Amino acid sequence: MLTAILSAFLVIAGMGLVLGLGLAIADKKLAVSKDEKLIELEGAMPGANCGGCGFAGCSAYAEAVFKGEAEVGLCSPGGAALAQKMGQIMGVAVSADMEKKVAFVHCRGSEALTGQDFAYQGLKDCNAAFLLQAGPNACKEGCLHLGSCASVCPAGAISKDPEGFIVVDAAKCIGCAKCTTVCPTGAIKMIPASASHVVACNNHEPGGRVRSKCQVGCIGCKICETKAPGSGCHVTSFLSTIDYHEADEEALAQAASLCPRKCIIER
Amino acid sequence: MSYIGIIVTYVFVQNFILVQFMGLCPFIGVSKSSESAIGMGVAVTFVTAVASVVCYAVYTYLLIPFDLAYLQTISFILVIAALVQMVEMVIRKMSPSLYKALGIYLPLITTNCAVLGIAIINIDEGYNMLESFCAGLAAGLGFTLAIVLMSNIREKLELTPVRRSFRGVPIAFVSAGLMALAFMSFDRSLLANLHLA
Repeated sequence: MLTAILSAFLVIAGMGLVLGLGLAIADKKLAVSKDEKLIELEGAMPGANCGGCGFAGCSAYAEAVFKGEAEVGLCSPGGAALAQKMGQIMGVAVSADMEKKVAFVHCRGSEALTGQDFAYQGLKDCNAAFLLQAGPNACKEGCLHLGSCASVCPAGAISKDPEGFIVVDAAKCIGCAKCTTVCPTGAIKMIPASASHVVACNNHEPGGRVRSKCQVGCIGCKICETKAPGSGCHVTSFLSTIDYHEADEEALAQAASLCPRKCIIER
Repeated sequence: MSYIGIIVTYVFVQNFILVQFMGLCPFIGVSKSSESAIGMGVAVTFVTAVASVVCYAVYTYLLIPFDLAYLQTISFILVIAALVQMVEMVIRKMSPSLYKALGIYLPLITTNCAVLGIAIINIDEGYNMLESFCAGLAAGLGFTLAIVLMSNIREKLELTPVRRSFRGVPIAFVSAGLMALAFMSFDRSLLANLHLA
């Protein structure tokens, strides 16, 4: 009995040892030599594997850059510093100015301020809620406050504040834009990290309809565009958006104070 | 049974995919393009052929003398896993593009039941070493035949107007079922007619 157990143990262990040694030798003999540049590129990556660049992960993007299939500077967590570093490694000039972008929820609506079509009691997920007549909110383009963006955020920058609003911690945000793809209404959008003011509304409906649904929605009155020239505000399809390249701080502050709906807010 | 008889048996009569329904995972997974299908077929053929011989040797010269025949399955799995690792290293070195195309299915040859299947069938049928090798090679060739035929059908299907709900995997399963029906026509009488049985 004992010899049977012992021989079984020895035979299997011996086989494992021989095969393992064989594999170890083969691994050394058949090792694939990686280019030093590629190793350097992979080392320079932030390693968040957020996928914001459009590749499967940090090493996949590094490989694409190495092969010349992708440009440097697609990595938003790495920003300008990484673009410069990758440019150095690859020996190419980096021209594009990399502006750090952060996510922001373009909506200040809430259950009290925005009307509700029905009471939603399903899964706590924005996309699930959106399947039911585009969500319980009367406004179909605002924040659903269920936090699908928070659950995909790789940096943990998105949370719900005590009042129930979804807020993005700009200091933690790495700018991967994953939240903007998961959001069914498109209320969460990317803005430059340096932006001082934001139009906190995403509703493209005419003024009358917005008035009937929400107390803080943009009605497209064009006051910001006409009364505060140089603010960068442009109204297209009844929604004001700020062109941050031409925005002047003073004019923007003026536009914010003139806005009858108080939806141009300071960050 | 003659060597040719064994080969005809495992390529047609007992085709691993279409008659015995083993190794279906790569059959659907890697049959999208004929290039990667041939690569997968060659890799599986190599593994089945070598695994048959090594497993036969392990069984006959190691397990039987020590009276350990009950360790058949675990020791075969050990041998196959090591072999697959070896094949993976060789392919990674020789052809990185094939390595990429095969992707996850390459390490999955380890758990491909066709490989363990042929090793155990060899023992059950009482084949000697050369017969085991022939059976292993033929099993791999049968696998290659089925997966290459399937990949060609699927490439054609890409250009065919297929109902939307059937596009992709569903029509592939229907095609696989029809192929299996066709292979059912190869039975023992084929061997008898060829005077191989």
